[in-house]
Amino acid sequence: MSAHHHEAVSVEEQFEFTSESKRQLAIGFGIGVVLVLIGAYLLANGGGGHEAAHGAAAHGAEHAHGAAGHHEYKWTTRLWANLWTNSIYFTGISVIGMFFICYNYLAQAGWSVVFKRIPEAMPAFLPVTGLLMLLTFFVAGHDMFHWTQEGITDPKSANYDAIIAGKSAFLNTPFYIIRLVIYFTLWYGLWRVLRSFSLKEDLEGGTEYYEKSIKFGVAFLVVFAITSSTAAWDFVMSIDTHWFSTMFGWYTLASWHVAGLAVMTLTVVTLKERGYLQAVNESHLHDLGKFCFAFTVFWTYVWFAQFLLIYYANLPEEAIYYRERFSGYGGIFKGPFFINIILNFFVPFLVLMTRDAKRTTRVLKVACWSIIVGHYFDFWNNVMPGTVGEHAGFGPVEFGFILMFATAFIWSVSTQLTKANLIPRNHPMLEESLHHDIA
Amino acid sequence: MHITSPVRTPLVTGGKTYADVTEDICRHVEGKPTKEWKVAFTISLLVLLYGAACVAWTWWEGLGVWGLNKTVGWAWDITNFVWWVGIGHAGTLISAVLLLFRQKWRTSINRAAEAMTIFAVLCAASFIVMHMGRPWLAYWALPLPNTFGSLWVNFNSPLVWDVFAISTYFSVSCLFWFVGLVPDLATIRDRAKNKVSKYIYGALSLGWNGSAKAWARYEYISLILAGLSTPLVLSVHTIVSMDFATSVIPGWHTTIFPPYFVAGAIFSGFAMVQTLMLVTRVVYKLEDYITLEHIESMNKIITLTGSIVGVAYLTEFFIAWYSGVEYETYAFVNRATGPYWWAYWAMMTCNVISPQLFWSRSIRRSVKWTFFISIIVNIGMWFERFVIIVTSLHRDYIPSSWAMFSPTMFDIGDYIFSFGFFFTCFFLFSKYLPVINMAEVKAIVKSSSEKLPKKVSGVAKGERVSAPTFNKDAQ
Repeated sequence: MSAHHHEAVSVEEQFEFTSESKRQLAIGFGIGVVLVLIGAYLLANGGGGHEAAHGAAAHGAEHAHGAAGHHEYKWTTRLWANLWTNSIYFTGISVIGMFFICYNYLAQAGWSVVFKRIPEAMPAFLPVTGLLMLLTFFVAGHDMFHWTQEGITDPKSANYDAIIAGKSAFLNTPFYIIRLVIYFTLWYGLWRVLRSFSLKEDLEGGTEYYEKSIKFGVAFLVVFAITSSTAAWDFVMSIDTHWFSTMFGWYTLASWHVAGLAVMTLTVVTLKERGYLQAVNESHLHDLGKFCFAFTVFWTYVWFAQFLLIYYANLPEEAIYYRERFSGYGGIFKGPFFINIILNFFVPFLVLMTRDAKRTTRVLKVACWSIIVGHYFDFWNNVMPGTVGEHAGFGPVEFGFILMFATAFIWSVSTQLTKANLIPRNHPMLEESLHHDIA
Repeated sequence: MHITSPVRTPLVTGGKTYADVTEDICRHVEGKPTKEWKVAFTISLLVLLYGAACVAWTWWEGLGVWGLNKTVGWAWDITNFVWWVGIGHAGTLISAVLLLFRQKWRTSINRAAEAMTIFAVLCAASFIVMHMGRPWLAYWALPLPNTFGSLWVNFNSPLVWDVFAISTYFSVSCLFWFVGLVPDLATIRDRAKNKVSKYIYGALSLGWNGSAKAWARYEYISLILAGLSTPLVLSVHTIVSMDFATSVIPGWHTTIFPPYFVAGAIFSGFAMVQTLMLVTRVVYKLEDYITLEHIESMNKIITLTGSIVGVAYLTEFFIAWYSGVEYETYAFVNRATGPYWWAYWAMMTCNVISPQLFWSRSIRRSVKWTFFISIIVNIGMWFERFVIIVTSLHRDYIPSSWAMFSPTMFDIGDYIFSFGFFFTCFFLFSKYLPVINMAEVKAIVKSSSEKLPKKVSGVAKGERVSAPTFNKDAQ
């Protein structure tokens, strides 16, 4: 019973964001910028993509209604589509930090308190992704969102599309921007409230901030119950403007959630390996592993239910979504389609199956990386067909943007972690968490 | 060493010792049936007899005695089936999912909830068999090697998946329930005063000896069964939802159905647990074990799942409009404003609005309100299935095929049958088996009591223990 090591552990820990780490992150970010520039240069000169796909475009007759079919393709769209994909992915990871804290408050969970500062640090990145999304929408909205096209709701226009016109009460630029701003304001604003309670609790103690946090946490959950779905429609589903699926909101939430859990777990493991969070024991890791495992299965459940029902009923207006990703655009999305399922289901499911696996940091890292990379593919595969179609691919641009976002996100989380004691020392459930032992 | 934070509310009140727990719960199994019990049992038996007569006539005469017509080919039968299956979700959710989440408050409600699950699943199965019309051919639903030529079940049909999902779920739920009963059955065996009960409870307790090894195995198998039941409990209503969602009927074919049905099932299941536990708690004087904290926690889950269902209703409605598919849009507008508007608004009021009352702390801690809303929720969840099934069917693609459904006395009588069956089973359970898991409640006495007695083991009361008649020769 290796878990029974209950010697007194110190709860006083200060995270140090070393200049060495800063230097490495800055270099990583710089490499990302360089890669994007190289990639952009190649794209502007007609290279760097999967141009072979052009030859097979004839096979993609099914996607005649795809966005790419309606207007001239610009090479810059691929840059913006990458910015968009990464922004929604990292928005999700950040906001899941808040989601995790809030449902832990609501459920009166005690075990998770010791590493609470990690999910608490994640939402600080939201303004960055929010502003980038606004920028992307303003600059490149017309190239990415079919419904923003000029005259699309005008029966006299050549661009007129009756189905999209029918959606214009929801899909119109002013309302879209209002919604986008509301999401980020509410998510980030409520996080600021909870964060300030948490920091004050550290200094003042007592249960007052705990009680308040429950109230505001529940308020966030109510907000998120609605906005997580509508945001998924706005950010992702509206790209394939004709297409619809009632599951899509919860499917995106499931994807965000498990990716956020994997980032949290990976952060806890990494900090522990660097000598921080010594109060985190194998039982905490085991439970984090269970969360990753369980919500891997949940994502797969939602993914599969959506796929199966559309496949089974085979209604053309629904099945087109998978057709495009399976055989459309010369079949370039077929690989990522399967990579998505392998990395997001088979790898974490098999790797995290046993008890000991969830208690072994190296195994946890394998599973978490698989989930994190896998869900990037999930979003990539949902964004790219409708935005760049056969021009999609994996080149310097993709890797560059990932690197830039990842380093910036790590920077943001690290900065937040320095702002408070690494363990919430006055949380009323802390003693439970320090003695967490599930053998 | 486990630590319980002082901000946690107690789950056992009245300063109970281990001996008190045994005594308070065994009392009802060991005593003579009370007058109230006899009256209630007789009533449910009479209801069962009436219902059984209706079912017998349904089988004898054929399904023509129901109000079905060529447009509405499924109505109360499948509504009742889905309703009961849904109710049957809470037991496993409480025992399995809450065990995995280490929720201590599950210990005093899991036993009765699991029993309820088993009876509810049986009720649900009865409607499947009923609507087959020829129940003696029910085994045709199983992929058995047969001599009828190439006759084989259609594996592509979600109705066949249902057969597998529900029978597996039923088996695992029974197993889970029985394994949890073993230590308690052994306690009753050891206290038994006559040979018959000693024999019966002795046989059922499988030679349980309370050794450390037996407990270790008990905990181990509980975890394994919990791990197995969790995906199972999700799969059952997922597949029930696919009975509808794999079709192309507007209002049925929608991708959110699987998780939305599961949430709705948990919602109705918890409401039924509340209804039953609130009565049991008063009749058996178990207020120290099923406290207001338990009731409040269950109400929170009812609010959560009710809100999830509410989000799903709104999503469906929104996407029906957003899709621009005329049939879809019509199906939903017709639900809310067509001839079945009353069913739709009954569903909305009962399922989405009424659980929001629980945002008020005083309402969710009020026994009367809780009881009232638990009934309301169950009514609402019946209407939800009725709305989905009947309103989607009654407007066929050709207006000349449009029809309404009106139930006959056999639709109603066959539904009454399931109530008679359910309550007969539940009353038998509450008399002959311990309604609360004594062993597991004892496991939380130390950590979660309001005030601990000086000696937590307590002293066994009564002559059962001081002068056992039969359990001496066991040594």
